[in-house]
Amino acid sequence: MKTKTDKPVLPNLDLPASDKGYFCDARPEVVEPVKGIWENFLNWGRANSLWILGFGTGCGAIELRPLMTSRYDMYRFGVQPRPTPRQSGLFIIGGYASVKTLKRIVRSYEQMQGPKFVLGLGSCTVNGGMYWDSYNTINRLDQYIPVDVYIAGCMPRPEALLAGIKALKQRILDGEAEGANDYARNFDWYKANQKKIITDWNMPDYNW
Amino acid sequence: MVDLKALRAEMDKRYKVIEISEQRTDLAFLECDKIDVPDAVAYLRDHEGYVHLSFITCVDRLEDEQFEIVYMLRNHEKKHDLGVKTKIDRKNPVMDSMHNHWAAVATYQRELREMFGIEFPGSPGVNRPFALESWAGPPPMRRDFDTRKYSEETYFPRPGRETHDPAEHMKKTQYPGRADL
Amino acid sequence: MTILGQIGAAAFSVFIFINYGFLLAGSMARIRARVQGRIGQPVYQPYIDILKNNARRTAVHHGVMFFLGPVFRLAGGLGTFLFIPAILNSPLFANFSFSGDILLVMYFIFFGQLGMALGAGQSGHPYSPIGVSRGLAQMSAFEMPFILSVLALAIKHNSLSITAIVQAQQGGIANWSMITNPLAVIAAIIAFLGMSMHNPFSVVIAPQEIPIGPPTEYHSGLLGMLQTNRSIFNAAKLVLYVNLFFGGASATEGVLYALSASVLHAVPVWLGVTLGVVTMVIKTFLLYFITVFVGVSFPRFRTDQSIRFFLFVPTLIGLAGLFLARL
Repeated sequence: MKTKTDKPVLPNLDLPASDKGYFCDARPEVVEPVKGIWENFLNWGRANSLWILGFGTGCGAIELRPLMTSRYDMYRFGVQPRPTPRQSGLFIIGGYASVKTLKRIVRSYEQMQGPKFVLGLGSCTVNGGMYWDSYNTINRLDQYIPVDVYIAGCMPRPEALLAGIKALKQRILDGEAEGANDYARNFDWYKANQKKIITDWNMPDYNW
Repeated sequence: MVDLKALRAEMDKRYKVIEISEQRTDLAFLECDKIDVPDAVAYLRDHEGYVHLSFITCVDRLEDEQFEIVYMLRNHEKKHDLGVKTKIDRKNPVMDSMHNHWAAVATYQRELREMFGIEFPGSPGVNRPFALESWAGPPPMRRDFDTRKYSEETYFPRPGRETHDPAEHMKKTQYPGRADL
Repeated sequence: MTILGQIGAAAFSVFIFINYGFLLAGSMARIRARVQGRIGQPVYQPYIDILKNNARRTAVHHGVMFFLGPVFRLAGGLGTFLFIPAILNSPLFANFSFSGDILLVMYFIFFGQLGMALGAGQSGHPYSPIGVSRGLAQMSAFEMPFILSVLALAIKHNSLSITAIVQAQQGGIANWSMITNPLAVIAAIIAFLGMSMHNPFSVVIAPQEIPIGPPTEYHSGLLGMLQTNRSIFNAAKLVLYVNLFFGGASATEGVLYALSASVLHAVPVWLGVTLGVVTMVIKTFLLYFITVFVGVSFPRFRTDQSIRFFLFVPTLIGLAGLFLARL
């Protein structure tokens, strides 16, 4: 893929030379929302069609399954699971994230297309929860990717998850859920944090 | 039932058995020298019916400057578990690889190398990461590794975290004014 | 009618049936949810999904074919629809049926899949070619009973024109292919189960196994295009089936027309066309219900199982239907 010359280019330093051609080296761009009634309409559409990325990153993923059943039925709210990061817009981090998982989380998050939303499920994403002093579990998710809504608890029940999705919807409707732009704006800060703990960075710096 | 005395007699003919102790009727431990362990395990597997290796684990005896490696074997016919223990030097932790006995041993040895830093020369793929990718610190399951300090230095702890002693906290919030507790 | 008028009329009929396709997908998802004891998504959910997908702010592309894949797919869906007379005897819904015949329509059914195969191949995702190969294999299998039953009709009516076949079925249920050649219709309905890719034959887009199959890499506007195509393609297949096997819908004939004619002195043209659309909606809804019914009742076939299935009993039924047409 060709890159425009006027944009700052990512070095992708840790990729082998043979792989560099496969991956994009453009930085993420800030796409400003068009203010006004049109953006409100689009936000209504985004809030009522949330597609969850089907990637259970921790024990909290077990709370996602009941949402599909007749007891909780998330489809009522326009929420449905989606198997690929390209098509999904909501990433639910289910509980603790080890460094190994964080690498995959970052990769999946960057492959999602904006506007994208992140929901931190469980106390482990807030401050580490019961794994706060573990040697291999991150403590604060918002240091690595922007988080829209946190749901505290260990584990939060599916009702709490539905309440979190409702809160996220309100945020989207208010036009506050600009995580993707936040990530693009503070890209260097996020990257520095990620690279601080992922020491074998063998993937491109940003993979759309 | 397993006759441990007979087993000990048989083992004594071949290897130097330091101790054999019965934990329960279906669980016993046998301690050998490091040099005897691979042969003793092979003998137990081939002649005494302990055909199944349940797991290999390690105990960090920090005070004695030793690692204790335990090979847990199972005899399915007699429904008996036998742990073969051995002690190795903690300063220079090297153990003989036993991947020729059971193919799955190589995976356990990979794990032990990663978590305790015990070397198994010759074990296939032992230097590949097992659960931790890109681990740079000391082996995390060693007791002199301060996991809390490491976590606070590495993972941006969120300020304002309070911890309570559960017993004291319960007394204060659930049973205020109860002197007898 | 001038050519511009025809294009306008065709655009109108595409608009009507595209919306019908969306509402059909939404209501069927709701029915499926009710079978599972859920409330289910709103009926208008497909509209919101398309709005959301088109409102995505960023998009990635992988090359020229990646763009052309959904375009070919949409062209296949539109082509299928535009060469079928949606409502008989109604210039507004006649589409371009004069210039095509059943062979062209059958080509268009296959065309979209082939275009999609090229686009999905360029996306470079390993799951896409798996989905494509499964889809094409399964498609080749269910084309067999479908072609046999279509041939049976063509032999019976001595024509390859869809308009002629529908025209021959007018004047009561006794003239429908369903009655005159039930074997061919059974074979075609079984082929329809495969064509709609609902549950027994849904291994092509198995979401958990090969993440959604061919459209794995498609997102944003291109995914919206694929969703639009899905609704128009669904509507086109249903209209084709109702036309071929269940008497079609006419603006100047039919049960509803006879009823309103008995009430009114003279049925105005607009009412006749509306009644034709209503007839078509009722028939296609019932026909689509068959696939939903089968879909919620049965688990999935593997590709080899579905190929063996299509090439055995349905093909034999289709052959028997062919003989029945020559009797």
